[in-house]
Amino acid sequence: MSVEKIDIAEVKNELIKGYPSKVARKRDKQIVINKVEDDSVVPEIQANVRTIPGIITQRGCTYAGCKGVVLGPTRDIVNITHGPIGCGFYSWLTRRNQTRPENPNDENFMMYCFSTDMQEEEIVFGGEKKLKKAVQEAYDLFHPKAIGIFSTCPVGLIGDDVHAVAREMKEKLGINVFGFSCEGYKGVSQSAGHHIANNQLFKHVVGLDDTPPKGKYNVNLLGEYNIGGDAFELERIFEKCGINLVATFSGNSNYDKFANSHTADLNAVMCHRSINYVAEMMEKKFGIPWIKVNFIGAESSAKSLRKIAQYFGDKELIDKVEEVIKEELEKVDKVMQDVKSRCSGKTAMLFVGGSRAHHYQDLFREIGMKTLAAGYEFAHRDDYEGRRMLPHIRVDADSRNIEELDVVADEKRFKPRKTDEELAKLAKEGFDFKDYYGMMPEMENDTLVIDDISEHETQKLLEIYKPDIFCAGIKEKYGIQKMGIPCKQLHSYDYGGPYAGFAGAINFYNDIDRMVNSNVWKYVKAPWQASPELMGKFGIE
Amino acid sequence: MNNDNKTKEKEIKATINACKLCSPLGASIVFRGVKNAMPLIHGGQGCSTYIRRYIISHFKEPMDIASSSFTEEATVFGGESNLITGIENVIKQYNPELIGIATSCLSETIGEDISLYVNKYLRNNIGKDNPKIVHVATPSYSGTHIDGFHKSVKAIIETLVKEKINTKSKKINILPGFLSPADLRYIKEVLEDFDLSFTMLPDYSETLDAPIWDEYKKIPEGGTSIDQIETMNNSVATIEFGKTISNEFSGAFFLEEKFGIKRFNLGFPIGIKETDQFFNILEKLSGLSTPNKHKLVRGRLIDSYVDGHKYLFGKKAVVYGEEDLVIGITNFLFEIGIIPIIVASGGNSGKLKDFIQNNGAYISNNEINILNGVDFSEIEEIAFNLKPDLIIGNSKGYKIARKLNIPHIRVGFPIHDRIGGQRILHVGYNGTQNLFDSITNALIEYKQENSPVGYSYI
Ligand code: SF4
Ligand code: SF4
Repeated sequence: MSVEKIDIAEVKNELIKGYPSKVARKRDKQIVINKVEDDSVVPEIQANVRTIPGIITQRGCTYAGCKGVVLGPTRDIVNITHGPIGCGFYSWLTRRNQTRPENPNDENFMMYCFSTDMQEEEIVFGGEKKLKKAVQEAYDLFHPKAIGIFSTCPVGLIGDDVHAVAREMKEKLGINVFGFSCEGYKGVSQSAGHHIANNQLFKHVVGLDDTPPKGKYNVNLLGEYNIGGDAFELERIFEKCGINLVATFSGNSNYDKFANSHTADLNAVMCHRSINYVAEMMEKKFGIPWIKVNFIGAESSAKSLRKIAQYFGDKELIDKVEEVIKEELEKVDKVMQDVKSRCSGKTAMLFVGGSRAHHYQDLFREIGMKTLAAGYEFAHRDDYEGRRMLPHIRVDADSRNIEELDVVADEKRFKPRKTDEELAKLAKEGFDFKDYYGMMPEMENDTLVIDDISEHETQKLLEIYKPDIFCAGIKEKYGIQKMGIPCKQLHSYDYGGPYAGFAGAINFYNDIDRMVNSNVWKYVKAPWQASPELMGKFGIE
Repeated sequence: MNNDNKTKEKEIKATINACKLCSPLGASIVFRGVKNAMPLIHGGQGCSTYIRRYIISHFKEPMDIASSSFTEEATVFGGESNLITGIENVIKQYNPELIGIATSCLSETIGEDISLYVNKYLRNNIGKDNPKIVHVATPSYSGTHIDGFHKSVKAIIETLVKEKINTKSKKINILPGFLSPADLRYIKEVLEDFDLSFTMLPDYSETLDAPIWDEYKKIPEGGTSIDQIETMNNSVATIEFGKTISNEFSGAFFLEEKFGIKRFNLGFPIGIKETDQFFNILEKLSGLSTPNKHKLVRGRLIDSYVDGHKYLFGKKAVVYGEEDLVIGITNFLFEIGIIPIIVASGGNSGKLKDFIQNNGAYISNNEINILNGVDFSEIEEIAFNLKPDLIIGNSKGYKIARKLNIPHIRVGFPIHDRIGGQRILHVGYNGTQNLFDSITNALIEYKQENSPVGYSYI
């Protein structure tokens, strides 16, 4: 169909014209027509600013980002929500992170949802007493290594000091107890919660265990959350290549691995948005360099493995990685070609998360599908435009609200991983550290980039473009499918996956093939079939 | 009372795997059951997002809930301007006939005066085509989703039903409580079969279980219309399901007090006895006898009780969920000879025990544990010792079923590990039949799967 003929400026108008003028002015800066200039320069987009009240957003709150996203996938820290019941209940194992304890008797608290379940009395007289009881109770029940306390909105308001409670209980119980001031209202979205989670993990856990790692090539994987078993696939690949994963933040992770993570020699960052803070702080404090990797998509996975091998610069590893890539790509290729024969030319839109909307475009490209529009739910400008715009980022009241840790080199543990000579050599080879170029430079011209898309805009896009698939989350899924368009959930993977790595790519191709080519859609009369006049307006036949 | 002691003790305990949800969730579902209405939660945007996700994953339907998206500043200086912006944007985008505002714990803790804000807004916008605005206080630190549900029904009635109208019609009001869309459709069908005209509030039988769309609907079609609600004081009676509703939260009580409309407070019509009561009242109100169609269903249901009793008698069940649902199911289990060894709810009306023990079919048996205000960790602990044969309740009990390796019959809300939660029929003779067959077949299947022989003829 003639997507090319769509007048994109007109589409943008259509998206914002229903809003009151103040809203429209704001959305105008958050909806951008992509144009990649020389040297990958892209237009500016407004991101990480508050959603306007009354606009139906995909975003969640700071607490959700802190408790659900970063700490959620860790199995042996007991997480206690300090607040009324809902906040805890709704974050109870809904993200579908998987975990696989090494031994059947190892701790796994993922099935539990602890809450102080605040009652009126605590709201009026303070909840610290109940919180202490809850910590004690969790300790008596499980004797965990660590307990995390997560604050919800009312907690900040009534002035409970979760950090003081944490300190007191830590001393009393002799285990690690730490609190998070992650009240929902604190930030623009989940993203603020990621930052708070990163800070506390870094302050309270990372660096506690100096046991040297066993492997030859020791790497941490950051920003991988083991949705649908992604981490298992990546663990498989790393092991095959002979790369030792010291810690993953935080898919299939445990407390001890975090504590030992500063012994790795490289941080490989998957989701830049949620975890770049930890990477930065680990570099300053321990001297571990970080690079951006992407294991979503077969090509990208191969590229990322090569990059890790290049970093270590060891022929043995470089050869092994090439051997693994060759073997894996052979399997991938067969399925890719087959699926491509049915999916090529179809179109996709991705509105999700803080990195997935970017990474998954690679997978669609591999089966010949074109991305028409994409955007993040909680990312910042650097995730769109690349880190080079960082010096220009504006600090506002919301970003000031989140603590920036003052990190200095650890006297005992700081160790540069590369000599100046080695660094110079890598630089000459074109090797970049901290190199996130963002989503927009990799998207085509005249595609739409939309930050924090609203329900209303989503429906408009569907009407105008009628893409063959729309990627979002559970909240958007059924509204999209009511319009006769399949919606792939990229938060929970629709209970499929893994989609990372090579085996993951194969799964994804197959799942998308089944979704877009399902007979089901033939029974649904799409809205544009009912009202062709709508289409005329945008130059679509 | 014994119960109260237990509750007191609990107040200083953490909740591990809660058996209740929070108040604005109930409110949002009610507002979704009013025609062309939009719910708005006054608080942090996380509450709306979480609650949307939970409702959506059960009903598998779109569900928009606006938020006033509190910032830190609003938390300190008050959320008035956030609320007003929220209202304005909702009006401009969705053009609803009604906006239902529910407060979150945050705005309640601050002590926001919503009616002040709303009145001011309406005053400033006189002459415009404003939607109705209903607001309800739903702090979750003093109530569950069920409280939020009932309070919202009452708030809608209180706000919209104004003067006393004397021209009494034959219309009745029905306040069904938190049932499934399939249940609501069934109840409507029954009322129609009795030739009664009625106002059902809320009615999300279509808004939360809609067919595929042929064009985008900003707000899903269906729901109780405002006209219907405004004339609820014109009815002869109100039927209200839910024995544990307090007068304070009851829309039916309000209509009776203020307009003298007779209130019939019934249990959820699950099982023969409770359904009979419902039908008796319908006979009275309509002056008609039960249509043959329903008599036949009732007859078949009893016939199946007799046929299936060999599989069920003496089996032990755990039942959990909202108090009124649990009361309904428990009474039905007594009828069919299953012993409900644990009857549990996260709700805490203080009435659970009475209503179960006062049921005529109650089998005095000290094995029966009636627990209110509990969480799943407590249910699990007791269940382990009592070795039940099956558990009945929402998806959250799956962990127990899995640990004990017993069948889990899913009822109520939330059901997010099966498809069709919105289509489960629980009430009436038909709903009871559905539950009966599901329970019996689950037990047969369990027996079959665990038999060394693998009989296919049971
Ligand atoms: S703050 Fe209150 S209303 Fe919001 S999710 Fe938590 S319990 Fe529910
Ligand atoms: S009360 Fe605050 S922390 Fe809890 S869900 Fe709402 S916004 Fe998030």
